[in-house]
Amino acid sequence: MTYASEGHIPSGCAIAALIDRSGQRVPGSVIVQLMASMRERVTDLGAGYAGYGIYPEMRNYYAFHIMYASGAAQVQTEELLHRHFYVERDEVIPTRQVESITDSPLLRRYFLRPTSIALAEKRLKDDDEYVRQTVMHINADIDGAYVFSSGRNMGVFKGVGFPESIAEFYRLHEYKAYSWIAHGRFPTNTPGWWGGAHPFSMLNWSIVHNGEISSYGINRRYLEMFGYKCTLMTDTEVMAYLVDLLIRVHELPLYLACKVMAPPFWDQIDRMDEHDRGTFEKLRQVYASAAVNGPFGIVCGYARGMFGLNDRVKLRPMIAAEKGDLVYIASEESAIHSVCDSPDRVWNPRGGEPVIAELYREVMV
Amino acid sequence: MKRYETPPEFRVRIDKDLCTRCKRCTMQCGFGVLSYNAEEDAIAARHNKCVACHRCMVYCPNSAITIERNTHAYQDSGTWPVYLRERVYKQAATGGVLLTGMGNAMEYETIFDHLVLDACQVTNPSLDPLREPMELRTYLGAKPKSLSFEMVKGRCDLKTCVAPQIRLETPIVFAPMSLGAVSLPVQKSLAMAAEMAGTYMDTGEGGLHAELYPYAKNIVVQVASGRFGVDEEYLKAAAGIEIKIGQGAKPGIGGHLPGEKVDDQVAATRMIPPGTDALSPAPHHDIYSIEDLRQLIFALKEAVEYSKPISVKIAAVHNVAAIACGIARAGADVIFIDGFRGSTGAAPTVIRDHVGIPIEIAIAVVDERLRREGLRNSVSLIAAGSIRSSADAAKAIALGADAVAIGTAALIALGCRVCMKCYTGNCSWGITSQRPELSRRIDPREGAVRLANLLHAWSRELKEILGALGVNSIESLRGSRERLRGIGLDKTTLDIIGVKPAGVGY
Repeated sequence: MTYASEGHIPSGCAIAALIDRSGQRVPGSVIVQLMASMRERVTDLGAGYAGYGIYPEMRNYYAFHIMYASGAAQVQTEELLHRHFYVERDEVIPTRQVESITDSPLLRRYFLRPTSIALAEKRLKDDDEYVRQTVMHINADIDGAYVFSSGRNMGVFKGVGFPESIAEFYRLHEYKAYSWIAHGRFPTNTPGWWGGAHPFSMLNWSIVHNGEISSYGINRRYLEMFGYKCTLMTDTEVMAYLVDLLIRVHELPLYLACKVMAPPFWDQIDRMDEHDRGTFEKLRQVYASAAVNGPFGIVCGYARGMFGLNDRVKLRPMIAAEKGDLVYIASEESAIHSVCDSPDRVWNPRGGEPVIAELYREVMV
Repeated sequence: MKRYETPPEFRVRIDKDLCTRCKRCTMQCGFGVLSYNAEEDAIAARHNKCVACHRCMVYCPNSAITIERNTHAYQDSGTWPVYLRERVYKQAATGGVLLTGMGNAMEYETIFDHLVLDACQVTNPSLDPLREPMELRTYLGAKPKSLSFEMVKGRCDLKTCVAPQIRLETPIVFAPMSLGAVSLPVQKSLAMAAEMAGTYMDTGEGGLHAELYPYAKNIVVQVASGRFGVDEEYLKAAAGIEIKIGQGAKPGIGGHLPGEKVDDQVAATRMIPPGTDALSPAPHHDIYSIEDLRQLIFALKEAVEYSKPISVKIAAVHNVAAIACGIARAGADVIFIDGFRGSTGAAPTVIRDHVGIPIEIAIAVVDERLRREGLRNSVSLIAAGSIRSSADAAKAIALGADAVAIGTAALIALGCRVCMKCYTGNCSWGITSQRPELSRRIDPREGAVRLANLLHAWSRELKEILGALGVNSIESLRGSRERLRGIGLDKTTLDIIGVKPAGVGY
């Protein structure tokens, strides 16, 4: 599904995230409250949430959340899904009528996994890679269909509206997750399209992003070299693909992947000890075109946790806090205080220094 | 035969009231234009020898000299511009190939002048290079597609081996200019400036003079079709090695340094007997194919034990994208692309003005093709051939170059007036002359400071450009054509260089 006319719309935003590292599941109402206190930063032009641990009974299946602009798109997509996947369950995403939301697309979800025949046809051993290719194919080639969530035991809920309205629309308080990330958007133009809202997600990765990537042009061309087609013309899509490429495909340690996107300055590298200097020098030489320049604050969720990252000179706000097993990240400190009384620690992460919060090692999800 | 001669191009006017007959101008002119006439107590000028190099004018203590274009009327003709008529007279008289120096003199559209850069407003902040870090450091060399790491005792160790790189503190290098084409003081100025600015100079095909060895870590040495000056010490001393296939000013054409210019110094450096002609064949006679190039690349890598990058320099010709991919596959670490405006010490005018394609297009198509072939990481690209300002450099980098090379701009910094008479050996500024009384006019220390100033100025301007673009390192501009827009370029050209017209947003 391509919306060329939408173009590349810069936007400001509010982002928020929380994780309970003990694996306890937190109701969606908490993340909605976090967002609600940052109303100044958002508009009714886009909001969304991602929850991890919301489909425990379906944890072995990929959960596809799909938007359809037309019945024809649904027929074409389902034909493809049923041909290449074993579909365990197929249903409408439960929603509630909200007065301010009138133009929602058809929203369906599918719990599925690729058949072994489908994998063999593509000569792929890896389910994830197969799913990634399928999602890219649907989004690029089937007019009117858009897969906005494709991970396991996680799901994205997003659309055009204020964060609270979108939460109400998707009945978010009925879900529980050990980790939530959320986004409210302040775009410069009217996007008018639900797919353009955040989080942007691929497989288990989901990203919310506050910023405008001044290096968008080269980041996109870099990703194209590795077979990623940027169809949405959004900065956030680029961020998501970078994370996917660096961490899943190139298997860089998470911390170093963050350092690729927000690299240390050369004069900092020059002052490092020999071991680190070698590492970071090579990292910058090899991944120069993957460095993300310009203002950004992102939170990226994945199966076992989340990380927050700012651009290396911290041109957008991002605050982190910790209380017991809970870790919070938000654009504004006040948002954290609205859901967390007297946190143990509140800090302002340095530009380029990731905040990584993961489930404790022994926690199974 | 007088009736066939063309009138002088320029006139040297000497104001008799201001002139004190100090005769300095007669000594300054390398072309023998000016002399003192004792009978008339006046400076006499042979106008037809004047090349408008301004040396006399600049050195006249009383500003008594003015050089003017000799405007003589010809009947107008759209078909026969004056210069073409005058070339016919010359060739009818001599039967020879017309020679020239410097770069393309024809008025082709310059694409750089039809490209504009972007800047940030509101939605993303511009950055202030006077207050915030702004990085220009660039590494030239092959990079792997990805890096892999392993955890060893809680420490993350790099497993991938990365090929040797040349480190530049600014993405501007000096283009190859050989000893012979330019004088030794010019090469010394370039070497010293390269050291001061953290970049490199390139020997060209004339070998590395003994006095330049101390600067070798900032020098790239060339292996050209004549193999002049190439030995083990030469290869091992340098920061990098460049195989010269072609030159933008004369693609497909070899070189000919006449025996008169081969003095003891040039002879020793080129490793040929003094007074003999130094002929560079048009092709390398051991490279008739891409696989032959691969053999030379690896012969050189073997010779230096894989310790430095190997660059291949080609002229921008029609099929440059495919050729560059072949060069990347052949194992080169750097590809130097010289556009059709690139300069030369000597070339047939017909070749200089009519062969090759603009660097803007060449760099764009090469970058794009390398990406499509998945080879872009395996080579660095240097764009050359009319990089006239920091704006051109920024635009070339945005189109896809890792760095740019400057030749003419560097010579202009040393006083060159672009009179295009390099091939005569009479350069009054001492830049392209081997006549000791002329070449000693360049003081390498002073020249180096001027060149380093130029690099410093352009680097600061690049930082201003980056700041306006809201990025703080050059790699975020490299290949980012989204930050360029075209004005007055046709759709086909825009599509070929991958740039949108002005007025289109992201």
